[in-house]
Amino acid sequence: MDFPVFHLDVFGNRGLIAVIAVLHVLINHGLAVGMMPLVACMEWYGHRKQDPRWDRLAYRILFVSFLVTTTVGALTGVGIWLSVSLVNPYSIGSLIRVFFWAWFVEWLVFITEVCLILAYTLTWKSWREGAAKRRHIQLGFALGIFSWITMAIIVSILGFMMDPGNWLSDNTLLSGFSNPVYLPQLAFRTPLAAAMAGIIALFLIPFFVKRDDPFRNEATRAVGIWTLLFAPFVVVGGYWYYSVVPAAMKDNLAVSTLTLQFSGWLDDFLWIALATVVAILVIVQIAIKRPGLLPRVATVVPFVAILWLTGHFERVREFIRKPYIIGQYMYANGLRVEDYALLQRDGVLAYATYSSPLTEAEKKFVPADLPEAERSAMLARLQKGKDVFMDTCSRCHTTHGVNGVAGHLQRMFGDARWTPDLTADYVANMHNAQPYMPPFPGNKDELGFLATYLEQLQGNRTPVPGAQQAGIDIHPAGEAKLADSGASGPAAPAQGARK
Amino acid sequence: MNQIPVPRDIPLPMPAPEPLLVVLLVIFFLLHIAFVNFMVGGALISVWYEIKGLKECRYDRLAYEVASTITANKSIAVVLGVGPLLAINTLYTVYFYTANALTGTFWIAIVPLVIVAFLLTYAHKYLWHAMEGRKGLHIAIGAASCLIFLFIPLIFLTNVNLMLFPEKWGRVQGFFSALLLPNVLPRYAHFLLACPAMTGLLMVWLFRRRSEASLAGTGWQRDELMRTGYRWALWPTVGQFVVGPVALLTLPTTQGTPVTLMGIFGVAILISTWMTLLMFVETRRPAARIGGSFVSICVLMVVVLGLMGAGRHVYREAAVAPHRELVRAKTEDYMRRVDEANRAAGAVTRPVRP
Repeated sequence: MDFPVFHLDVFGNRGLIAVIAVLHVLINHGLAVGMMPLVACMEWYGHRKQDPRWDRLAYRILFVSFLVTTTVGALTGVGIWLSVSLVNPYSIGSLIRVFFWAWFVEWLVFITEVCLILAYTLTWKSWREGAAKRRHIQLGFALGIFSWITMAIIVSILGFMMDPGNWLSDNTLLSGFSNPVYLPQLAFRTPLAAAMAGIIALFLIPFFVKRDDPFRNEATRAVGIWTLLFAPFVVVGGYWYYSVVPAAMKDNLAVSTLTLQFSGWLDDFLWIALATVVAILVIVQIAIKRPGLLPRVATVVPFVAILWLTGHFERVREFIRKPYIIGQYMYANGLRVEDYALLQRDGVLAYATYSSPLTEAEKKFVPADLPEAERSAMLARLQKGKDVFMDTCSRCHTTHGVNGVAGHLQRMFGDARWTPDLTADYVANMHNAQPYMPPFPGNKDELGFLATYLEQLQGNRTPVPGAQQAGIDIHPAGEAKLADSGASGPAAPAQGARK
Repeated sequence: MNQIPVPRDIPLPMPAPEPLLVVLLVIFFLLHIAFVNFMVGGALISVWYEIKGLKECRYDRLAYEVASTITANKSIAVVLGVGPLLAINTLYTVYFYTANALTGTFWIAIVPLVIVAFLLTYAHKYLWHAMEGRKGLHIAIGAASCLIFLFIPLIFLTNVNLMLFPEKWGRVQGFFSALLLPNVLPRYAHFLLACPAMTGLLMVWLFRRRSEASLAGTGWQRDELMRTGYRWALWPTVGQFVVGPVALLTLPTTQGTPVTLMGIFGVAILISTWMTLLMFVETRRPAARIGGSFVSICVLMVVVLGLMGAGRHVYREAAVAPHRELVRAKTEDYMRRVDEANRAAGAVTRPVRP
């Protein structure tokens, strides 16, 4: 459409964002938002009790957090932005127009947070006594507060993507920011971050305190209490959050929790998730009641479990808002709901700026021995089909890779020929059968072009390169000449300029 | 014949007045790039002195002093880069995202590359004493981070160059073909020379404030250290008098304001000459008087950087302004068609308009 189509045909575009975003959330919640207050509490407690062992442990945990948050944490934060701008520039471009000032303030808070973590870590050993130590502890709590504020701002944008609320009618930042999902999601994530930090600290303690040191039990018990303290708030916040998720999105829960293939296993999955939560609570209970009985390896269980559960929660949250990427405003394919009337009438190609050139493997679908005119016509048809696929399907689907359309067609139609009649009919109605799919945005001709492209996928497993490898052709509709102002019919069809 | 694509913009209003976004972009980008200069220059100088330290151990101590600055500078460099990124996303949405997509593999590789470089930088700093007996490996860690640091700016430069030239978008096939467009490499050389120059000034700032006690065990006199910093600042800056004009002259011609541009860079060259002379004088001053012109040099450097930033923006605007008008007209035309189609279909149109 209006941006060259970046595409990862094996790994999937969503996979790129998911890996970066999940990693960022785990680090942000576990090692920054939750961990900084925990470390400051440890330092404060050690100072109050005049017990240097707490100080040493707090510093070591802080140092690990410092190394990870200022490298992987900071860069995956920027990475979410970079990856979304590649995969769905329409959504991030729109979100920035709406949330610019929120992001700007978040940036100022982020600068403060980075300065505070640098100061907090680098002055730990020099601000040791008296008033300097008290100032240092205050620095730690200030860092905790600023870490939380960055999350509190970004969570609003995540809520907006699920349900923009009144923004749809008044378009103000305030109504976008105070969307219906915002506070419940924040109420869930805040205690989750604190509990997660506790579980990570439980995992780290055995690395920093020897088994025969009685302080290990003391520290394990205290961190266990911290974790358990926040657990009920996670449950309450989680329930509040779930209660405000739009009803239509809850229908997607089975597919979003697992995949289309395994959506029938939702009940089994929920039992596994519940068992995981119980396992975490049991181990934390042991950490509190009988820390001496807790072998080092046992702390790995809640550590891995909380990372898995949180990562999975993020996956569900991302999927559940389908078919939209911004609730009620923009579909996952990057097209606005408002655009559909025009595009379904004139076709998406009539307003496409770029074309993704056919590969040699794709061209082989057209028999070489056809008369030249016929071959050219068929190649042009295939080119249009590819452009429809790249412009309207490829943000979520690959051809044969992760969430590949070929896999879905194979499951539905087996080895029977994927004739254009068969697939076009399915694509035209798929959003009725599967509510997480957006309606097909193009016109009837384009449905036929797409079906032709899908047909060739049955015999061609070669990955499709994106604009980052193959470049782009300029669609005749997208060249530097102003289209006439009347709402005339579609512009000339796509012709691959690069032969 | 070059085909010039005219895409549509995001059909939502700008969130802030354009001049404000420009100020945000130009000022914070300069701050960001200054810390990137400190980071890259620091990494290079530190490894260079560590290698020299194999023969003369006082260089190893100096290398450690320089390496100690990198980890804080790199965090500030990253965080200061976010604001300009936000501004460029907003001001040049169509241009920036298009360039990102066309060089996508390398664009997203920035994330793992920077992570690895930062982790290596931490290892280099925090394992300095623990790896005293394995100097070769330790130097290799530092050198690896330097190589990554040297590559990453090329990705950024390729992007910000490609975004200015829509007529090239249809001809580019991946990062390397975009890298070879005119002007990327001269601008890269310009950036590279700035790294040791800026870090040299940082060294002067660092050592002129140090207490005698902390310098006592290093094997260095204060004036020697300051003179060393000035030399790092001076000679790359002299080199900029060649590289700078090459970078300027290899800029593709645009409609618009070459006179303003030449004026800005002309003034920048004059001030740079004055600054370079002061640096030269400082390197020759006796111990008692060295550092007397440091504040003047820094002020002049800030002015030069400001002029560079302003010139850069004037050129960018001259390059995209005519095309942006086409984009604006096309977006309006498209929105008019959307309204008409929705009216025809009986749908309710939303009041969101640029």
